[in-house]
Amino acid sequence: MKKLSFAALAGLLATPSAAFAQEAGGIDQAVNEVFAAVTGPFVNLIFAPLPGTSFPWIVLWLVVAASIFTLYFGFIQFRAFKHAIQLVKGDYSDPKDAGEVSHFQALATALSGTVGLGNIAGVAVAVGIGGPGATFWMILAGLLGMASKFTECTLGVKYRNEYPDGTVSGGPMYYISKGFIERKVPGGKIMAILFSIFCILGALGGGNMFQANQAHAQISGILGDYPGWITGVIFAGVVFAVIVGGIKSIARVTEKVVPFMGVLYVVAALVIIAANYQQIGWAFGQIFEGAFTGLGIAGGFVGALIQGFKRAAFSNEAGVGSAAIAHSAVRTKEPITEGFVSLLEPFIDTVVICTMTALVITISGQLMVDPATGNYLMDGNMIQTVGGTSGVALTSAAFASAFSWFPYVLAIAVVLFAFSTMISWSYYGLKAWTYLFGESKRAELTFKVVFCVFVVIGAAASLGPVIDFSDAAIFAMAVVNIAALYVLMPIVKKELNSYLSRLKSGEIKRFKG
Amino acid sequence: MTTSIVVGLDGDGSGMRALDFAKKLAKGMGTCELILVYVIEWSPYSFQTAEENAVRHKRREEEIEAALERVVTPSVAALKKEGFSARGIVRHGDVADLLNTVAVEEGADQIVVARSSEGGFVKRVFGTATANLVMHATVPVTVVG
Repeated sequence: MKKLSFAALAGLLATPSAAFAQEAGGIDQAVNEVFAAVTGPFVNLIFAPLPGTSFPWIVLWLVVAASIFTLYFGFIQFRAFKHAIQLVKGDYSDPKDAGEVSHFQALATALSGTVGLGNIAGVAVAVGIGGPGATFWMILAGLLGMASKFTECTLGVKYRNEYPDGTVSGGPMYYISKGFIERKVPGGKIMAILFSIFCILGALGGGNMFQANQAHAQISGILGDYPGWITGVIFAGVVFAVIVGGIKSIARVTEKVVPFMGVLYVVAALVIIAANYQQIGWAFGQIFEGAFTGLGIAGGFVGALIQGFKRAAFSNEAGVGSAAIAHSAVRTKEPITEGFVSLLEPFIDTVVICTMTALVITISGQLMVDPATGNYLMDGNMIQTVGGTSGVALTSAAFASAFSWFPYVLAIAVVLFAFSTMISWSYYGLKAWTYLFGESKRAELTFKVVFCVFVVIGAAASLGPVIDFSDAAIFAMAVVNIAALYVLMPIVKKELNSYLSRLKSGEIKRFKG
Repeated sequence: MTTSIVVGLDGDGSGMRALDFAKKLAKGMGTCELILVYVIEWSPYSFQTAEENAVRHKRREEEIEAALERVVTPSVAALKKEGFSARGIVRHGDVADLLNTVAVEEGADQIVVARSSEGGFVKRVFGTATANLVMHATVPVTVVG
């Protein structure tokens, strides 16, 4: 069945452009139906709500794990926060290692994979349904998620493969297979294979097709409607140039522009918040009150909690295992140091950037309040907004209330974020692929070409079920990864205790600062 | 006591002008070691893709090897042939910062560099490596025109 759907997708690509417009709808529909029938049970299983609630069990799985890691490592995200910043600044980096991958670079690379559409559109959806109170739960889940990242990224560096030619490969598949043997727990190899399969599917879906699709939606929103395959082919060409052609300059420009966009986004948000400083107290009041009462939203405070937890978990990918792949290339003799650095990732992604989006939406007054009761006005399960907007359009409207030109900047930011997320996920998928099929140039090229083909498919068609499936695959990665983290967390604890005692005794040398 | 001079090499003509001047100085001083330093521009705060990170260690080794092979080793060999005491160092980092650091580490008496050939906008905003070295060095610096 799966082969059939892939054949249909290949046919979709080969169809000439003129005929495409007429036939795409029919082919799309056929692909949707076949794919939905095959993958539906898997998607439903991953996103199944807990009995009697609308709370997906996978979100609880991520939040419970983050809470357990937080307690097990004694609130490491707060204890090690200052040290993490010192590590990123290079205070503990040996000058002799200059020219190797620094902690800052590993963190920036991992961040470019997580900061994206979720921070802009996802938060707007969360606040639009769960009200400002969702922000409180989102921040809480973001803070807890820091402990999950710490655990997985430490293991990512500890069990990476270092090859004789000096290149490295790391990630959950390596720590699961090697770590389970060390802990004498069976089933490591099977879990590693399972993780790799989900990682490939997640990379092609959420890390690729979804991004291409949303980027096209943004561009066509500004330029007017035009066929998605045009965006797809251009994007695929640029992605191809970077990942296959090794055109470093494009990647370098993107990797420089993306952080700039991120900073610009936060600065614009801060300016809007500062300009409405009289409202800050009120906004935080709404966030705290909404967190525990719901302020009239559907499902009350539980509704706010679900939306907040969901957004944090989906945005920062803590526990998914993707970051462990990105962080494993750092040059360090102490794997735990990369764990410390990685805990800054959910902090920047969720606690800072997502919160900015939520605050701007709240402060800009886009969410309509009933003056009589102080509760939000509802339209079905959504809060009514001033312009009837939701998702990225709601964020755009909130920023436009202060800067009329901001929607254009936002559109560029979304496209660039989508691109950098694709580049990051192409690597995550590649590492899973080479884990399964061996590290050879041929295996690498095969995956890269497949990846570029999926860029076109993602932009050309709105393959809802395919996107659902790839989201489910990303969270299936978390099912395998977190189960493995429970087995391997004593190893991280040992590393942590050893490092902290050597740091205290002065054996770990500080080089500057 | 042996004195030493750190010479900044950049792989082209201006580095060679600095070296020629340093040779003149060394001849006048008697026992003097020439330490040739080649800096590969690198910042720990640059942005890279995950794939670049994975091969970074390999690239670093290749960069050092290329710098030694093309610039530093031939220059050191030529100096030794002429009867000078000389050795070479290749490092990654900021040019101005590293030339000074090496000079301090090696206890060198002075640093000899050539006037930078960079120009235009970048020069106006950030200053050249040579200008930065002159501004911040803690060891005497001679700039060759």
